[in-house]
Amino acid sequence: MLLSLTDVRRTFGGLHAVDGVGFQVDTGEVHGLIGPNGAGKTTLLNLVSGLIRPTGGAISLEGRRIERLPSHRIAALGITRTYQNIRLFPALSAAENVLVGSHLRRVDPLWKRMIFVPGYRREEADALQWALSLLARVGMEDRAAERASSLSYGEQRRVEIARALASGPRVLLLDEPTAGMNPSEVASIAALIKEVARSGQSVLLVEHNVKLVMDVCDRITVLNFGKVIADGTPGEVAGDRAVIAAYLGGE
Amino acid sequence: MNGESLRDLWLTYQSTVAFIGLNGLLALSVYTTLSCGQLSLAQAGFMALGSYASAILTLHTSAPFPVVLLAGTLVPAVVAIPLGLPVLRLKGVFLAIATIGFGEVVRIFFVNLDFTNGALGLVAIPQRTGLVAIYLALAGALFILWRIRGSRAGYALEAIREDEPAARTMGIHASAYKLSMVVLGAGFAGLAGALDAHFNFIVAPANYSFGRVVDMLVYAVVGGTTVFYGPVVGAAFLTLLPEVLREVGSRVGLQPGPLRLFVNGLVLLLVILFLPNGIVSLPRRVRRWLETRRAAAHAA
Amino acid sequence: MGQQIVNGLFLGSIYALFALGYTLVFGVLDILNLAHQAVFMLCAYVALALVVHLHLPMPIAFPLAVVAGGLLGVVVDRLAFRPLRGRSDSNISGLISSIALATILEALALQFFGPDVERFPFGIVPDRSLRLGDAVISELQLVIIGIAVSMLAVLTWVLRRTTLGRRIRAVAENPVAARVLGVNVDRVIASSFFVSSALGGAAGVLFGLAFNSVSPDMGRTVELKGLAVIILGGMGSMPGAAIAGFALGLLEVFTVAKIGSSYRDAVAFGVLFLVLVVRPRGLLGPAALREA
Repeated sequence: MLLSLTDVRRTFGGLHAVDGVGFQVDTGEVHGLIGPNGAGKTTLLNLVSGLIRPTGGAISLEGRRIERLPSHRIAALGITRTYQNIRLFPALSAAENVLVGSHLRRVDPLWKRMIFVPGYRREEADALQWALSLLARVGMEDRAAERASSLSYGEQRRVEIARALASGPRVLLLDEPTAGMNPSEVASIAALIKEVARSGQSVLLVEHNVKLVMDVCDRITVLNFGKVIADGTPGEVAGDRAVIAAYLGGE
Repeated sequence: MNGESLRDLWLTYQSTVAFIGLNGLLALSVYTTLSCGQLSLAQAGFMALGSYASAILTLHTSAPFPVVLLAGTLVPAVVAIPLGLPVLRLKGVFLAIATIGFGEVVRIFFVNLDFTNGALGLVAIPQRTGLVAIYLALAGALFILWRIRGSRAGYALEAIREDEPAARTMGIHASAYKLSMVVLGAGFAGLAGALDAHFNFIVAPANYSFGRVVDMLVYAVVGGTTVFYGPVVGAAFLTLLPEVLREVGSRVGLQPGPLRLFVNGLVLLLVILFLPNGIVSLPRRVRRWLETRRAAAHAA
Repeated sequence: MGQQIVNGLFLGSIYALFALGYTLVFGVLDILNLAHQAVFMLCAYVALALVVHLHLPMPIAFPLAVVAGGLLGVVVDRLAFRPLRGRSDSNISGLISSIALATILEALALQFFGPDVERFPFGIVPDRSLRLGDAVISELQLVIIGIAVSMLAVLTWVLRRTTLGRRIRAVAENPVAARVLGVNVDRVIASSFFVSSALGGAAGVLFGLAFNSVSPDMGRTVELKGLAVIILGGMGSMPGAAIAGFALGLLEVFTVAKIGSSYRDAVAFGVLFLVLVVRPRGLLGPAALREA
């Protein structure tokens, strides 16, 4: 198992946002995380990516415990993410945003740059090429030079995904990537997710679009009130009574 | 005009040019930390350390000037490390306050240090600084900042400035980068301090008060902190402006001291309110304004 | 020993009054108002002018100066903070614009009053004193402590018992929710500035009287000590600011007595650092202060 969560807990004050959650994600697996609003999905992503620490339980990547590591170390180990409310760097262009995402992949020839030793230019050209190729993967290559803040919502989401892919992660955490997108955009995101998984990267997908989740996911974990109420293949989960009750009763 | 007034003219002119260079370097020292989103106001303390370290070397040893300058640069840079480590964990205004406190601690330390004559400071420091030295230092600082821009490190710094937690989740070791910028800024401030000590003959604690770092901040913000040369533009503008106004002011009975302060404050206020990206953003703003005028005229 | 305590409480009461002004604005706007010290200084001058030029007795000049301080605070808000509301970087830019305004006000004071220290005329300051155990406390000190404490009491009453106080607390808690509930947030903020600057101005007049010295740079040192006080007390905590103010006063007086007056100012910064490094939330401040 690539990524495994065991009895993960997180409280805020008296609120049990995540209350004993456990599941596993395999290499190349697309794993869905669904549940009503407030079920703890985003909190869980925050825990996995290291923005916050759990109050209990364990998160492991290939057997190595990561829940207490700082977020930049977790990223270095191969976990990157997008955000529910899109956190692109507004003053940077789309390409520059992706360039930042490729930080871990780049070597830093700063001293070469200082004394103009040839070689740094090549590295920078390569990095830019890589950024552009990622933008092409999400269909944004002709908007590469535009400021991130001037892009539409759907376009920003796509750039954010490209940015998260830029370091070649082993696990990609997506937080509601298709929110606010039209059906054709959703379809292209679905295709992208499948393609990413095919190349051996895992995806942990938090989504409200249940149809998308059923379509792309290999396994799904359903949360409600911070607890796992179902875990299995899309077929198994769709028929689960507790899941149906949560969705009909919850939202 | 006889030779004497020409020489006087050159002397006055020369000192303004020197101050533009020094203030530019000081403004850059504040900019380094602003460029990764941290408001650090310790630079007066770093400047003091550079001034004192270099002055002590000059007065008590026969070290050559470049060595003296190097000492003035390295001493604050080294001190910045143990200061930065605990303090950079603090958020926004707390970091600002902590660094203000540091600057004051340094000042009080020197006020109480008998070895350096306490509040009176060190005097009769030979003038070893010339315009060349100042502008070489400024050029060096600008060069370093220029080369950082557009590099992997440069983008990391911008990302930290825009959204530090998000930058971290991309593998950027924010604390290390922020500390590097604090150390770099301390080096710039120390170098400026060393140059200043050997230009103005005197090193006294009163020169390194909170008001000093406020001046540096004003230069940086007024010039513009979105590009690396902005602060130098601000320093030039705000060093020249009072000189220009002084003539006008003295005719109306305004004192030069309060006038300079007033101009600094007013310009800073106007910039923060109406031109937040500083003077360097003015051309773009004007261009955009002209374009909208032209578009409106076409539509009409 | 008793004398030190008296002196410490006396100094501390002024620090507490000043620091509360910072805290009030920080609680409501999440911004540090660095023009606070300029108001502190200007009110001392206002009181001086009222006494010297209009020959008003102190009991009349003091409240007038305090009100003037409050009004000046409203002006500070209008010029430096309100235009920035809604801007994403309003914390840092508010800090900077208040620094700008402080600089302008200081420049004006320097231009119109000159850099020299002014003193209150003889006789304005009562010079009787009484014994309290082994301590001597002057009438002036008593009056100052009394005024400071009663202003603190009035502040507490305003915040707890009046509508304005409730609104201020609502805005401090959650400005968006407050607006939705019909509170005129801008007006509440302006009122907070009025109260905050009235406190700061009062502290200024009392400070000027206590040391019989008024000068354009009197705000600078107190500003930094005020910062140490609110850090020690906990940012945004009023009781914290009050306790920390008295604590710092006592600490300074004891330091001067035991170590020497040259380290008096260093105490404030030493405390500042210690607190920020060891326990940034201070005595009574909120928990989450470090970055995510």
